Amino acid sequence: MYEGPIQDLIDELSRLPGIGPKSAQRLAFHLVKAPAEEAKRLAEAILQAKERIFFCKECGNVAEGDLCRICRDESRDRTVLCVVEEPKDAATIERAGVVRGRYHVLGGAISPLDGIGPDDLRVQELLERVEREGVSEVIIATNPNLEGNATAMYVAALLKPVGVKVTRLASGLPVGGDLEYADEVTLSQALEGRREM
Amino acid sequence: MPLYKEQGVVLRAVKLGEADKIITVMTQGSGKVRAVAKGIRKTTSRFGARLEPLTHVSLMVYRGRSSLDTVSQAEIIGSFRAIRGDLGLFAAAETMLEAVDKVAEEHERNVRLFLLLLGGLRALDTGPADPAAVAESFLLKLLSLSGFHPSLRACAVCGRPDPSLFSSGQGGAVCASCAELDAGPVSAEALAYLAGLAGSDLLKAGASAPDPQIRREARPLLFGFAEYHLERRMKSLPILARSLVP
Ligand SMILES: [Zn+2]
Ligand SMILES: [Zn+2]
Repeated sequence: MYEGPIQDLIDELSRLPGIGPKSAQRLAFHLVKAPAEEAKRLAEAILQAKERIFFCKECGNVAEGDLCRICRDESRDRTVLCVVEEPKDAATIERAGVVRGRYHVLGGAISPLDGIGPDDLRVQELLERVEREGVSEVIIATNPNLEGNATAMYVAALLKPVGVKVTRLASGLPVGGDLEYADEVTLSQALEGRREM
Repeated sequence: MPLYKEQGVVLRAVKLGEADKIITVMTQGSGKVRAVAKGIRKTTSRFGARLEPLTHVSLMVYRGRSSLDTVSQAEIIGSFRAIRGDLGLFAAAETMLEAVDKVAEEHERNVRLFLLLLGGLRALDTGPADPAAVAESFLLKLLSLSGFHPSLRACAVCGRPDPSLFSSGQGGAVCASCAELDAGPVSAEALAYLAGLAGSDLLKAGASAPDPQIRREARPLLFGFAEYHLERRMKSLPILARSLVP
């Protein structure tokens, strides 16, 4: 434990996701030793981001106004929604240029261990959007891990009564990998998702 | 660095840096182990799905100088596929993983806790009609194993039969003359239900759902008792209680 401003800084930094007490200490001392300019730039960038970046009212992605760039774009296919956990996932899929529709950002994944249930995610908004906007296909692109799969199951069950087509990104063998290194969970999912040629 | 071999169940995995994860494993012989899985988040990682939470694995681990070890190799023993494919089973399993994470001590051998977890998950993997009851039965067994066996058939203080009140602090059901201020009323049915869950085989605990009213009464008592004695909040319990199935 330190005293005064340095401890305050350590405390604030250790609230950030992925930052443990040790990393917080290292970052705090780095910032204190760095030139005043560097610390100012960081503080300014945080404040600017807080003031100018909002979350899109439609999809929950980051936006500079009410709506994000993608939701404003009239040329996007309005009948397809791609559901992701975080804005960064939408950005990744967008970079690949494979989805012509729009996105819906849930803001995380169901993880009871961490106290995160459906009520903590934007699932109700998704349901309303699908009903309101005449969406014909929902592509679930949550992470292919335990929590992402549970979230996908939940979303699929929630949308079932609506009658919309729900699909899930295939999981399986990584492109560029070797079959002999595949584990049985990955292999069985790849087999389930096999397609005719 | 010394290398050791263990088998265990992966309780949780949290991201570390750019491509790594820290996994927490309840092992058979070394208690709870926290270890770094390097590069696991890359799609071409040799670990693949082997270190996902809710996987029974055999591991080769480098013992670290701090509390963090490093996973060298992992092979899947069992992956509980039924649990992964059902929201109700998943929610019940998460409660088991969380409870074990909260009571297990790092590098302190606890074979009975490991076997309880394995038994709980195997029971869930058979697809019981009421998964939440299996988790609740599991929680009662875990409390007993940790030295907090709740008294359910007799007064926790004087041992007289037919107690009518319940106090977590006093150790469970209590009679009117022993009850302290924090004790609240409890029905004989709710106590009998909890006693049934405590004594039940995990494979049979979820065979049928209880009367909803009895469950509504018994559940907060059990959850409150667990959090009181584990001295931790159990984040998964509200989600288990509300049911994950939409
Ligand atoms: Zn948007
Ligand atoms: Zn008494």
